[in-house]
Amino acid sequence: MFDYATLRVIWWALIGILLIGFAIMDGFDFGVAALLRILGRDEHERIVLLETIEPTWEGNQVWFILGGGAVFAAWPLLYAASFSGLYVAMFVLLVAFIIRPVGFNFREKVDDPRWRAVWDTCLIASGVIVMLVCGVAFGNLFLGLPFRYDGDLRMTWDGSFFQLFRPFALLAGLVSLSMLLAHGASWAAMKADHVIAERAAKVSRIASAVYIVLFVLAGIWLAYGIPGYAVSGPVVTDAMSNPMNKQVAVGGTWFAGYLTHPYFWAGPIVAFVGALGLQLFVGKRGFMGFFCSCLAVAGTILSAGFALFPFLMPSSVDPTSSLTVWDASSSRGTLLIMLGVTVVFIPLILLYTGWVYRVMRGRVTLEHVRKSHSMY
Amino acid sequence: MIVDPDVVGLSRLQFALTALYHFLFVPLTLGLAFMLAIMESVYVMTRREIWKRMTQFWGVLFGINFAMGVATGVTMEFQFGTNWAYYSHYVGDIFGAPLAIEGMMAFFLEGTLVGLFFFGWDRISPLKHMLVTWFLALATSLSALWILIANAWMQNPVGAAFNPQTMRMEVTSFKEVIFNPVAQSKFVHTVSAGYTMGAMFVLSISAWYLLRGRNVDFAKRSMTVAASFGLAASLSVVVLGDESGYTVSENQKMKMAAIEAMWETEPAPASFTLFGIPDTKARETHAAIRVPWVMGLIGTRSIDQPIPGIAELVDDAKTRIGYGIQAYDAMLVLRENREDAQAKAILAAHDKDMGYALLLKRFMDDPRKATPADIQKAADSTIPNVPVLFWSFRIMVACGMYFIFLFAYAFWRSSKRRLDGRGFLKVALWSLPLPWVAAELGWIVAEYGRQPWAIEGVLPTALGASSLTAGQVWISLGGFVLFYTALAFVDGYLMLKFARKGPDGLGMWPKRPDAIPVTAQTV
Repeated sequence: MFDYATLRVIWWALIGILLIGFAIMDGFDFGVAALLRILGRDEHERIVLLETIEPTWEGNQVWFILGGGAVFAAWPLLYAASFSGLYVAMFVLLVAFIIRPVGFNFREKVDDPRWRAVWDTCLIASGVIVMLVCGVAFGNLFLGLPFRYDGDLRMTWDGSFFQLFRPFALLAGLVSLSMLLAHGASWAAMKADHVIAERAAKVSRIASAVYIVLFVLAGIWLAYGIPGYAVSGPVVTDAMSNPMNKQVAVGGTWFAGYLTHPYFWAGPIVAFVGALGLQLFVGKRGFMGFFCSCLAVAGTILSAGFALFPFLMPSSVDPTSSLTVWDASSSRGTLLIMLGVTVVFIPLILLYTGWVYRVMRGRVTLEHVRKSHSMY
Repeated sequence: MIVDPDVVGLSRLQFALTALYHFLFVPLTLGLAFMLAIMESVYVMTRREIWKRMTQFWGVLFGINFAMGVATGVTMEFQFGTNWAYYSHYVGDIFGAPLAIEGMMAFFLEGTLVGLFFFGWDRISPLKHMLVTWFLALATSLSALWILIANAWMQNPVGAAFNPQTMRMEVTSFKEVIFNPVAQSKFVHTVSAGYTMGAMFVLSISAWYLLRGRNVDFAKRSMTVAASFGLAASLSVVVLGDESGYTVSENQKMKMAAIEAMWETEPAPASFTLFGIPDTKARETHAAIRVPWVMGLIGTRSIDQPIPGIAELVDDAKTRIGYGIQAYDAMLVLRENREDAQAKAILAAHDKDMGYALLLKRFMDDPRKATPADIQKAADSTIPNVPVLFWSFRIMVACGMYFIFLFAYAFWRSSKRRLDGRGFLKVALWSLPLPWVAAELGWIVAEYGRQPWAIEGVLPTALGASSLTAGQVWISLGGFVLFYTALAFVDGYLMLKFARKGPDGLGMWPKRPDAIPVTAQTV
């Protein structure tokens, strides 16, 4: 029913959905955590902010874990090459993720301002680090990464951690940072006590304005300053997964796909509509502000994913080694089985996640926190 | 190319340390989650407030431990990619799937419900909250199931075949991967170990309260739950640990022989070496005290089948290396010309042995150039560390037997309503570390005993590592050691603090049972 090429496109889309799920769900946790001491002026306010995310952050972080597992299952070459190649960056990212569960849980277990300040610093740093590192990593994809395969398909990497901080990649990091700060603040504007919410709405608007400027800038830079990759010669979409069997040309434009598939423009359009909607609605009654922020996040990731297609991870030192949708996947059997599992479980996940959010609905007020302090 | 042996060694050390560390918290989560569900069920059925308090109090300790388990689990999901990139490429087609399914089927449920367990007491009905706790417990064990399906495939790689075009193993039967017999026995053995640990945790801390005369009603009830749950769990862990031994002998004869320090094949039924000093140089076991028949019965479930000894298994390995070299050669031919009929036939006949040729890759680039001495060296490298396995196994089993006796005795005392003997309470208190000793040693037997293989018979560990520099792995290893040590202190401090505070010290259970008032000074 599903041929190999179709399954690969489906799994490309599913990883995109997981990435968007991660950025939307975990993204606001990171944003709130990073803004903890900016939006929360005193201990009670900070507890309010934390309590807007504490009941659900754990489930949100599973989007990240599942993202890792799903890439492993569906795109093992990508999993192996990206995580080992970006070794030190991954280590930094992991530490940032490890500190979060304990940070949330341990912070309020000791009644000492110094103890709490230490954990606040950990949570703020982990939020900023994750937002930046993810953005920088994404930016590096467009520039190509320094890896190549030998005949056994063993990968070697000719670069260092610091070589990742190239100007365009840094800009992508700032796009990610401003986008998710706006996103986190829009969540706080919806969920936190009105005193904090007003402040959060202001921060969200500013961050989102910065995001629009940077996003446009990144688009222009990508169009005029960065050579695109393209598969040259025949594109075989259903061959066995071996990246060494193709030819790749560097020098075109990353926007080639946008010219041949006009519906790709939906990505940036959704991003802009979301960011503008956020300016209009954030801080107002209801969930429209936050919803628009979700659109901006989803639109940004779609824009980048569409531009890269069919590339997953281009190689700058040996373009033939680049990983694409057509040569880096699992076998057809694995993709098919995993699709079956996904079709059953992702809707279930959305169902019970939705239920938990419904149970936890409503603003967390200062009055509530003063009466019974949160800690779990 | 030959991977830098330092990178392999350091990556192995890092994997072992982070896995052993993760495994300090996971089994306790498994056990405590079910005990919480049991206590809350009693509350919902009887509506007696004390059972709710018990659920909430043990829930606080559960929460601290859960956070550590989640934190250290993040590393595990990504470490295959960072440090074992060639492994990930070589077997990701099979190994990745159970990890992803674990995320979708189990960890998502667990992660989403755990917040509701803590924050949902006033927001949903007691019945609904109880269901949340049950699903949480179920999800933790389901999570273990999928992780162990992945792990079992490393011990017994079924349902997959090598594909020379993609240079990796690919799924041939997903059903075989899921219904791997090793997975089933490992699952039951591991979750039972977790339940035993949870029961010991509650038993020991309750014993401490009774010794101090604090929270007496609370502690006695907790002990009753722990004694019965622990008795069932420890019986299951030992009886089904035996099942796990049985499957080991089918699939990993070398591991079995090493655990037994059985250098030569013994005539059936083999004896069990109760005590001995394995000598790896002379390949014999000194001062051995042997119990006749027992090993043959455990290992083969018969009195007439012999269990192969280490020497015989090394000879087998030598033969398989020979076939493996043929398969390796055929694989290289097929890479150039995928239609070569003769190479296809050779690979089809010996692809199961190709992993044995890869053992040579630790010593040379091209296994086809191996001399008989190289082959002997590679065959000898299939012997795992005998003394470590021998002793780890014996201490683990002794702990398991002890748990059965302790929980049986506790169960008897609780049924007589005599949970107050000071001697008994002291023993219960000081037995607290033993489940951790047993669990960590169990990991060592299972995983260190798998060496030199990452995937038994398919991929040697040394080949699975990423192409990193030793410096990079030093950075991450040092970072993990520092960071995890700091976390261990914080975790230990909080666990002690809240266990000491106890239900009485935490006040009269307002909405949030574990609330500490934030005083004006902190604000």
